Amino acid sequence: MTLPSDLRDLTIAEARDALAAGDVSARELTEAHIAAIEAARDLNAFITETPDRALADADASDARRADGKSLGALDGIPLAIKDLFCTDGVQTTAASRILEGFVPPYESSVTTRLRESGTVMLGKTNLDEFAMGSSNETSYFGKVENPWRRDGDNRPLVPGGSSGGSASAVSGRLCLGATGTDTGGSIRQPAAFCGIVGMKPTYGRCSRWGIVAFASSLDQAGPMTRTVRDSAILLGGMAGFDPKDSTSADMETPDFEAMLDGGVKGLRVGIPAEYAVDGMNPEISALWDQGKSWLKDAGAELVDIGLPHTKYALPAYYIIAPAEASSNLARYDGVRYGQREDGADLTELYENTRAAGFGPEVRRRILIGTYALSSGYYDAYYLKAQKVRALIARDFHDAYEKCDVILTPTTPGPAFAMGEKSDDPIAMYLNDVLTVPASLAGLPAISVPAGLSGDGLPLGLHLIGRAFDETTLFRAAQALEDAAGFDARPGQG
Amino acid sequence: MAVDRETVVRVARLARLKVPEDEAETLAGELSNIIGWIEQLDEVNTDGVEPMASVADMKLRWRADEVTDGGIPDKVTANAPDPQNGMFSVPKVVE
Repeated sequence: MTLPSDLRDLTIAEARDALAAGDVSARELTEAHIAAIEAARDLNAFITETPDRALADADASDARRADGKSLGALDGIPLAIKDLFCTDGVQTTAASRILEGFVPPYESSVTTRLRESGTVMLGKTNLDEFAMGSSNETSYFGKVENPWRRDGDNRPLVPGGSSGGSASAVSGRLCLGATGTDTGGSIRQPAAFCGIVGMKPTYGRCSRWGIVAFASSLDQAGPMTRTVRDSAILLGGMAGFDPKDSTSADMETPDFEAMLDGGVKGLRVGIPAEYAVDGMNPEISALWDQGKSWLKDAGAELVDIGLPHTKYALPAYYIIAPAEASSNLARYDGVRYGQREDGADLTELYENTRAAGFGPEVRRRILIGTYALSSGYYDAYYLKAQKVRALIARDFHDAYEKCDVILTPTTPGPAFAMGEKSDDPIAMYLNDVLTVPASLAGLPAISVPAGLSGDGLPLGLHLIGRAFDETTLFRAAQALEDAAGFDARPGQG
Repeated sequence: MAVDRETVVRVARLARLKVPEDEAETLAGELSNIIGWIEQLDEVNTDGVEPMASVADMKLRWRADEVTDGGIPDKVTANAPDPQNGMFSVPKVVE
């Protein structure tokens, strides 16, 4: 095949084919990305770069291929790994001071699968501290920049969060794909802000083992890529049953790529009126209408559906997620790993360690979660939120009697400037208003870049599928991508 | 419900999180705002609704009760701030 002048412009699918044809080596691909990462350090997309490891991975891949022992589609593909996945022998921080210098003696199940598929690890990407945030401004290792700028305005914009480093790296062509994790929108929202494809699989599809836990009933790993096809390929390398995660689904992983071009003829696409939230940016409404037309023109049938409890998803989430986080983060005690601050007695050692190790947003969420779980408030907040969660899941269950996938916008607006929302927690939380409901219901969902705002920033459309029906979700996403023909690229000012 | 300063101090103690005197008041205001916003959940009728703890509709799997790991104290304590003789260390707890 004819290679592009810059190897970083290859998609994963194209790189796979070029590697198989012998037109490019894993080392060449990897060297191009290492150079790009060095040149783009201003983005602060990586917390830890691992160029030596990447080159060793690449050489091993090339040697395997020369031996006729290629491991498949992902062998030799350079990826970035969100710094929430534990990586054996490579610092893993969750972007928190409390884990600075932590070097896991084990590898997460998802990255183990990726290693066994022959992928090349370029480094560990930045994120909001403990994945708590929607702008990647809460990282102890500094803010991440979005490679995009508004037309005629050079102010740095946030990449979204929490998987902001991964989104920025994929968008800025610092890797061919990246892993992310999504608790309430942490893959899909940054994907929309950076003009890439971000996919959250069904809860249980990817193992959570070895991923630093935020809210265990919601956390899911997923792929961040530049195309829907790449998303399907990368998910294939990440998903699969794992006995080490008690909520991992014991089922076969389908060939997600095989059905991609099936089209949407006859597919019933649900349109929930409740997603037209108050104050929705008119550009987002227009994009949503455009998305409906695209799918209709491709042969899909639009169906009006009701998801009546949508409005309550975000407040329910902001009880459930902090409650689970306050429990999960109890392990950071300054005794077994991580940073320690001394104290006169054991309690003071805990209190000092945690006060110094956690940033303001993490402290705030631990306090909310502890409050919601504390005696006297448990029923009013935590139990209430769990009941609302059940109603939200029921809404989706009822809606899927009438439709096969659901189409919504991904975010209420495009990427915003750094500092613009960091003083108002609730304004920040509202970023996830359209992505949180699918998280609470454990459903697979994907954001596809679909257009530009008036000032030149990418906007995403969001599809939500039935549980464990990623195949249909990808098929609809491919139709959307084909119709949108999104080919804009970040200009960096 | 407004979260007052005393509640912040009590909850911070439960969470083993030191909150400096001058921050307790600010945090009380922030938490009151967030909790006040969350209280819109009270509008939802949840009578007779079972609380949902997990979307994974499955029973926990069983495995044979046997040792599958161990014998690696150096690896286990490698990241500890103050490991001693293959053990974790804390300030004296019992006099």
